[in-house]
Amino acid sequence: MTAYTLPNETGRFGKFGGRFVPETLMKAITELADAYEMAKQDPTFHSQIQALSKDYVGRETPLYFAENLTKYAGGAKIYLKREDLNHTGAHKINNAIGQALLAVRMGKKKIVAETGAGQHGVATATVCALLNLDCIIFMGEEDIKRQELNVFRMELLGAKVVSVTSGSSTLKDAVNEALRYWVANVEDTHYLLGSVSGPHPFPMIVRDFQSVIGKETKDQFLDRNHSLPDAVVACIGGGSNAMGMFYPFIDDEEVELHGVEAAGRGIDTPFHAASLTKGKPGVLHGALMYLLQNEDGQIQEAHSVSAGLDYPGVGPEHSYLKEIGRANYHSITDQEALDAFQLLSKLEGIIPALESSHAVAYCLKLAAQLGSEKNIVVCLSGRGDKDVDAVRARLKGGNQ
Amino acid sequence: MNRIEQTFQALKKDDTKAFVPYIMAGDGGLDCLEERLVLLEKFGAAAVEVGVPFSDPVADGPTIQQAGIRALNNGTTLKGIVGKIAEIRKSVKIPIILMTYLNPIYAYGITKFVQDIQKAGVDGCIIPDMPVEEEEIIEPELTEAGVELIRLVTLTTPLERIKQIAAKGDGFLYTVTVKGITGTRNEFDGNLNAYLKAVKEVSPIPVLAGFGISTQEQMLDITKYCDGVVVGSKIVNLLAENKLEEMENLMSVFKQKTNMA
Repeated sequence: MTAYTLPNETGRFGKFGGRFVPETLMKAITELADAYEMAKQDPTFHSQIQALSKDYVGRETPLYFAENLTKYAGGAKIYLKREDLNHTGAHKINNAIGQALLAVRMGKKKIVAETGAGQHGVATATVCALLNLDCIIFMGEEDIKRQELNVFRMELLGAKVVSVTSGSSTLKDAVNEALRYWVANVEDTHYLLGSVSGPHPFPMIVRDFQSVIGKETKDQFLDRNHSLPDAVVACIGGGSNAMGMFYPFIDDEEVELHGVEAAGRGIDTPFHAASLTKGKPGVLHGALMYLLQNEDGQIQEAHSVSAGLDYPGVGPEHSYLKEIGRANYHSITDQEALDAFQLLSKLEGIIPALESSHAVAYCLKLAAQLGSEKNIVVCLSGRGDKDVDAVRARLKGGNQ
Repeated sequence: MNRIEQTFQALKKDDTKAFVPYIMAGDGGLDCLEERLVLLEKFGAAAVEVGVPFSDPVADGPTIQQAGIRALNNGTTLKGIVGKIAEIRKSVKIPIILMTYLNPIYAYGITKFVQDIQKAGVDGCIIPDMPVEEEEIIEPELTEAGVELIRLVTLTTPLERIKQIAAKGDGFLYTVTVKGITGTRNEFDGNLNAYLKAVKEVSPIPVLAGFGISTQEQMLDITKYCDGVVVGSKIVNLLAENKLEEMENLMSVFKQKTNMA
């Protein structure tokens, strides 16, 4: 097998990806792609990232053998890649630091970003505070209600949070507003996109900055077991933590890659966020990718108990990995995720983010299937503190 | 010669400028599309842009977003719009240009879409989220069908790139006059005139200016440097409020200029 080198120079992963943006943004994304290529060649850029990753974020994050969870699942050994232990509580900071440093290199002093659950917004606001950049965050009105505490966090960090009331008032609409803002302010502003979505070069840049997850996992697992894991598992909204985990393993064909989407109230209801499982290819937010849409090409609203997975699209690279069969994609319901949330808390003393709980829930199934000779690594992409209130309210109200 | 070329030749002969209104198909119901197109032609429209509603219109400001939501709530679909244009094409003589984001076309099926709009008598297509780098996805089929792909250039497009885009030479060049999304503006960028002049110099096809244009003063000023204007949000509002007299007056801008001269 030849080494995996995608995307190509036009930002394509097979037929997916590309640069489907208004002409106003072409100059900015071309400049970004050029600046990123230059930065990649520059050792100073890498050492800046490494220094901040180590001393500010707290990398590397542990690879933890979850013995109690393994016993409970009764099959393969389960390891957790502890991205929840990063500064700001999720993997989002990996990308935020890289892109903010890139913005500084490009001479841009203003950052705009979208956020769903608020984790990317918090990570962006954090890095902007650190690097003294102006920060404006677009967030859907619905998400603001669901994640009040994160809104306060962003404001505390000096960011301006703008409530988005158009469309479904969730992540997709926040992306629309952030894009509109960028179109109007493109010359002095960098759009710090939070997932492996959007026009080229974003899916590639975000993947590269997140691939520290998979690289560390690989090294740590090799050190400990002198082999590679049999499977890695990660949750998928837009797909950044999953792509970060998968990417360093793509050429290791013996390692199964499993992505877990949100099935919401069930994939046979209209209330889910399973773009790869139930969607079809289309164009949104700059990329050709799998999308939840009706037969007329209107984008449908996604639903999940977890705000971070509530996106009707999925990164173009995941769309491609699905199409070529290199990665497998599954879905987990709200209820299964809530159960996993409580289970991991009780068994391991780790409260996972609701997003990551989807990966945990699927890994229980996979562990049983694979059997005790095998090893699975789950990307525990974030911690659950932000979700405690919402979960408590739900449990009080009785499980649906 | 196609209808768009004929239109611009006639305008040139009369030494006047093009007023191209934009309307959102399905706003007010698809049944009023014919009446509105006929009215716009009567009021002097050189061509008309028919907008297709989309759930996520990233290049549009609040006015056109709202019109799109109204149209979608009316059950408007791209198929419905193309079917309606086919029905009413014979009662409208001016060029009809479809403005739609790419995903509704992609869902329709590109080949089927191009066949259907050609049969319906659509003269051109504007796809605001498809830069020239991505047009391979549809351009060959549009060309084959004789439907013009209208391309956009903006204030952030470097001159060399403007030249390349203009040289592709279909229909007219749509020059975006603001850094931003659609919607009325009180003021334009100070460099706008120089920019329009530069675009006009390098473009082998007619140059129309659009985005943010709403007053006759702006129209007269801007058309010193180009061949006409596209007016969207203002027209959408006037139609929604049924202010037809005001619309007729607004659209007479270039006739008045000719009369005064």
